[in-house]
Amino acid sequence: MRYLPLTRADRAAMLDTIGASSVDELYCDVPDGALLDAPVDLPSHLGEMQVERDMMALAAKNMGASSVPSFLGAGAYRHHVPATVDYVIQRGEFLTAYTPYQPEIAQGTLQYLFEFQTQVASITGMDVANASMWDGATSCAEAVLMACRATRRKKAVLSGGLHPHYREVTETYCQYSDTEVAGRDGHPEHQATAEELNDLIDDQTACVVVQYPDVFGRIQDHTQLADLCHAKGALLVVVFTEAVAFGAVKSPGSFGADIVCGEGQSIGNALNYGGPYVGLFATTQKLVRQMPGRLCGETVDQDGKRGFVLTLSTREQHIRREKATSNICTNSGLCSLAFTVHMSLLGEDGYRRLATLNHENACKAADAIDTVGGASVVNDSFFNEFTVKLSKPAAEVVEALVAKDVLGGVPLSRLYPNRSDLDNYLLVAVTETNTDEDIAALASALKEALA
Amino acid sequence: MTFTTHTGNRGLVLEEKLIFEQGQPGRTGVDLPEPKGTKSRLGGLDRDSDVGLPGLSEPQVVRHFTRLSQKNYGIDAGFFPLGSCTMKHNPRLNEKVARLPGLADLHPMQPESTVQGALELIDQCAHWLLVLTGMPAVSMSPAAGAQGELCGMMAIRAALDARGENRRRVLVPESAHGTNPATAAACGFTVDSIPATEDGRVDLAAFEAKLGDDVAGIMLTNPNTCGLFERDVRKIADLVHEAGGYFYCDGANFNAIVGRVRPADLGIDAMHINLHKTFSTPHGGGGPGSGPVVFSEALAPFAPIPYVVKKGDGFHLVETADEEDGMKPFGRLKGFHGQMGMFIRALTYMKSHGADGLRQASGDAVLNANYLLARLKDKLSVAFPGYCMHEALFDDGFLKDTGVSTLDLAKAIIDEGFHPMTMYFPLVVHGALLIEPTETETKESIDQFCDAILSLVAKAESGDAEFFKNAPYLTPRRRLDETAAARKPVLRWKPETA
Repeated sequence: MRYLPLTRADRAAMLDTIGASSVDELYCDVPDGALLDAPVDLPSHLGEMQVERDMMALAAKNMGASSVPSFLGAGAYRHHVPATVDYVIQRGEFLTAYTPYQPEIAQGTLQYLFEFQTQVASITGMDVANASMWDGATSCAEAVLMACRATRRKKAVLSGGLHPHYREVTETYCQYSDTEVAGRDGHPEHQATAEELNDLIDDQTACVVVQYPDVFGRIQDHTQLADLCHAKGALLVVVFTEAVAFGAVKSPGSFGADIVCGEGQSIGNALNYGGPYVGLFATTQKLVRQMPGRLCGETVDQDGKRGFVLTLSTREQHIRREKATSNICTNSGLCSLAFTVHMSLLGEDGYRRLATLNHENACKAADAIDTVGGASVVNDSFFNEFTVKLSKPAAEVVEALVAKDVLGGVPLSRLYPNRSDLDNYLLVAVTETNTDEDIAALASALKEALA
Repeated sequence: MTFTTHTGNRGLVLEEKLIFEQGQPGRTGVDLPEPKGTKSRLGGLDRDSDVGLPGLSEPQVVRHFTRLSQKNYGIDAGFFPLGSCTMKHNPRLNEKVARLPGLADLHPMQPESTVQGALELIDQCAHWLLVLTGMPAVSMSPAAGAQGELCGMMAIRAALDARGENRRRVLVPESAHGTNPATAAACGFTVDSIPATEDGRVDLAAFEAKLGDDVAGIMLTNPNTCGLFERDVRKIADLVHEAGGYFYCDGANFNAIVGRVRPADLGIDAMHINLHKTFSTPHGGGGPGSGPVVFSEALAPFAPIPYVVKKGDGFHLVETADEEDGMKPFGRLKGFHGQMGMFIRALTYMKSHGADGLRQASGDAVLNANYLLARLKDKLSVAFPGYCMHEALFDDGFLKDTGVSTLDLAKAIIDEGFHPMTMYFPLVVHGALLIEPTETETKESIDQFCDAILSLVAKAESGDAEFFKNAPYLTPRRRLDETAAARKPVLRWKPETA
């Protein structure tokens, strides 16, 4: 086997040094009958060529999102990833390193984490960010738990504009810790106002969670909501699924948010059928010691040179065990590196231009869709994603579009399977990768499907 | 010969500023089309201030990250015997396959008819895990090992709730990884610690004495964090079941037994599998991981959404809690469907090894660890007697009276060109040194490592503690002041204010 270097002679010599007669003898503590004497019922080893052929056959059964005009979003977005990103993350020094337990030989990882934290804090408009979480949905759940710790309260109010997966994960995380989750699913044609959310805040409310832009694509100013939360001693958590948006819209930090968290996949990471992605998590200086996850900090070495280490680990499970701020251990290392490299390439001008292009393409697509009979964009505001009301159930329309080689969007029925009132709504995302031809193909396919 | 250079660089060891200290306004590393100036529909919330990102060209960015990478130690560069982490070779075929457009370029919300290959791949990966563990069900969605634990313990909590039982105490051995008690607490359980015996296993009598009708179950790592097989594991399973509890097995060390022992034959109810350990997906400097959880019949109905089922000629993704009769999912753990990129790599690895190769891999891992143990046992102090599994554990008894600590020795190992072993874990052993060579190391590299350790031990015994206190000497940075970092945390770069 090509990954296993020991030869027959090596094994014999090593057993001799150990003083054992066989490898099986080393498993002498395994209970009687549990040690298998033959391989399990699975295929035998294959050479590189055969494995690659097998895997290519599986890949060939899929329709790649870039092989056709594609308009899917709802928490994962197709953006162009520069070639440099993949080159860097495939360098063995990054790919095959681990948690920087020995900072003297992990300054590469530690320095980029420090840069990552600075980038995330900058785009969200917050004081500090951690070294990443698993994904946007788990970041949201961890933000709610953090808010409960910080306020010593046990209730979270979730806005109807929150992505249903984020809501479900948050409910799952809260269900066994006596934390109440309030607030109902939203509607693309009714947006909760700050006053409506304020009515749900009581003296046990730890936080209000809003998404910006929200799951239906709308953009709302949350300054007033932040003030209402703070007046009642609650925190404002702002969640996002599209990290490119902050190149075009005001940062959540400018509203007075206490925790800002969400999905970083859009920057540097492929769609990967939903994972691995990278959770971004930022907060204020005041709340930093309540944060979950790894943190990288600046320090000096014995010679007085600047260097970086993991820090404030007394929050974490390996020190605090059952009293830790979270059970999270690793972060999303390589995905956060991809984010850092892509963001470094973009810089101020690139990031803002990328955001502008996304928005302009989305405006173009919205106008094209509005010309189609039986389809109308319901959003007053949006960044690169909006909701379209159709004259037919969206799931059927999406299937009809697939037949015309167009991935036309995400039907809300996929996200809200028990909400028949949302069956006719389609969520459409448009990025810099969509061409004018793509948009024309979508409009024309929609026209046929709705005719 | 030591002297300072004008640049601070030392030959191939190049100093590198933060990107924020290198940027220039107007520079960029991407060429994007000129925007057309369309009137915005951003609800009046157009960004009106700078983000604060530096501008760098593509060659600057490439050089920056190349230089940073050269300050990192990885498996590709050398021997990395970091115990409990399984730093085995990461095959590049896995990376190549994970980047096939038909796999990497799939949106998680594409219609099912367009992703049948992806669902089949998840199903195949699940099938391999089920056969290797002998278990009837698996949840593929957990994002990492720690979330796998959460998945298993939430299923236990849901099963107890379904039985109408208010059991809240979870037994966890002292030697457990910190995620175990943290996970139990996150599921609303209290943690009751079980002591270890003189030979590094669960104290069966103490365990039995702690059982009662308030016990929800046990979280037991097997092989355990001391690198030992829990020889009473079946007895433990029987006892916890008799007491009405469940057996959560932390499968972090499944790599020691894969293809040789099926956890189902040991009586477990749930176990997570770290794909980055047993099945070689890259550690990536700290993730992303993936932690599928296998379940017994008793817990299978409570597994979270989503999951893949065969339906007619194709595959179907179950995404709602009430879709299937008899299933009572405890909820959802993650956005979308799990760490697909890791499933691809793990399946590629499993197919490459096959049933025969996986068995060989675990055997070689255990052989390598025992060989290392045999080579070092006379000079270092072995924590527990007998053979080990995939990793060898020592305490710091051999350093007594030398003035050298486990940490000092680890730093000196760095100068010898190795990544040190795991230090001070597990907590049950004083000054622990946990060494895991893995199956992908040659006898020659293990010999070189052992020779280097033995020479350092001789040096420590000769009374040269000062040498160790100041190690490492040859790294891009010397020992870093972690206390200062924690006392006054600087967690981001900020522009200098005039």
